[in-house]
Amino acid sequence: MRVTLWGTRGSLASPGPDTARYGGNTSCVEVEGHDGTVLILDAGTGIRRLGLVLPLTPGPSPVADDRRGGMRRIDVLLTHLHMDHIQGLAFFRLLRTPGVEVHIWGPASATLSLHARLTRYLSPPLFPVFLRDMPSTLFLHEVPCGDFEVGEFRISSALVCHPDPTVGYRIAASGAVLTYLPDHEPALGVDRFPWSRDWTSGVALAAGADLLIHDAQYTGDEYAERIGFGHSSVPQAFAFAEMTEVRHLVPFHHDPAHTDDDLDRLLAETMASARPQFAVTPGVEGASFDLN
Amino acid sequence: MSQKEIELILARQLAGCLATPIFLVDPQGTLLFYNEPAERILGRRFEETGEMPVDEWSTIFKPTDARGAPLAPESLPLVIALNECRPAHGQFWIEGLDGVRRHIEATAFPLIGLADRYVGAVAIFWEVGL
Repeated sequence: MRVTLWGTRGSLASPGPDTARYGGNTSCVEVEGHDGTVLILDAGTGIRRLGLVLPLTPGPSPVADDRRGGMRRIDVLLTHLHMDHIQGLAFFRLLRTPGVEVHIWGPASATLSLHARLTRYLSPPLFPVFLRDMPSTLFLHEVPCGDFEVGEFRISSALVCHPDPTVGYRIAASGAVLTYLPDHEPALGVDRFPWSRDWTSGVALAAGADLLIHDAQYTGDEYAERIGFGHSSVPQAFAFAEMTEVRHLVPFHHDPAHTDDDLDRLLAETMASARPQFAVTPGVEGASFDLN
Repeated sequence: MSQKEIELILARQLAGCLATPIFLVDPQGTLLFYNEPAERILGRRFEETGEMPVDEWSTIFKPTDARGAPLAPESLPLVIALNECRPAHGQFWIEGLDGVRRHIEATAFPLIGLADRYVGAVAIFWEVGL
């Protein structure tokens, strides 16, 4: 599978000269299988640009990748419904394209369906167009729902520690595993993190993954002031990756207040202190990873 | 062992931050955790007891009524919460693992996660009169 980062920023889109290298778009990751199946993880503002390069159906778009042909089905896997993870949805071109099946997977709440929760945003006064008026053919699937398959991908979802119903995803194909935990606070309520694997959120999803895309929003000092906000510090992301024995970590969901220089410094300091035994690649918008 | 359900993880983390004695079990009734305030009443640290099946914890503390007559496990609030998936409340006596008999009052309730997933149950309890 090929994994491409289209939005790596957390909480709020943060364009500008100080964030140009890491990117200012909020969470969106494209996962493309060998058979052409495409998954989109979260619909932050990064999904708008992704929609421009995914070919429309029928026939290729001016910027189409001929190898894919026209997209007839696309699956958008939402981890949760906080605004930075759904704000791009209405600007996703395939959602506005007749003839395309758009499957949206995401968590319901205890009292509201996924559809009802999504339409709180995709309806006036927050947005002028109703979800039901989108011209594509829309299918909504509530997670967690056990393992499911989309094309060649076998997908597991599970609730993780973050305010409001939030899931993480473990995606496997051809022997490779990607784990996506963009908003995750496994250290919540723990005196000394990391500790027991059995009692740590997200471990089952991440164990042994080839690539882990994980929340790394804060510095250690910032985390101490924001416990319970649902995010991790960069050192905690490294500790979680070590605990789960992943092969490659991508620190992700960068704080909107962190400039490119801040992130360079923060990651370098953590690399020096943690000395990880796994590969680490900063979550930079546009980066791609091939998992075989 | 495998990773616990997120609701159990959060319940344990909450219990670890409270001064209220809390006892946490999975859907099979296996004791998963009790916190430090509960250790004082139960008479032993959780690290020493570890996880324990329901038929063991429901008898090891020797629950009795006020006259000292043994109580059936099925009458204990936490076992009712487990078996009938509803809140339950009661007063009874136990003998802690330190050998001290204590009068306690317990409220138990099932933990039902999203999509009606039954993930376990919790009991909160106090020593009566303290």
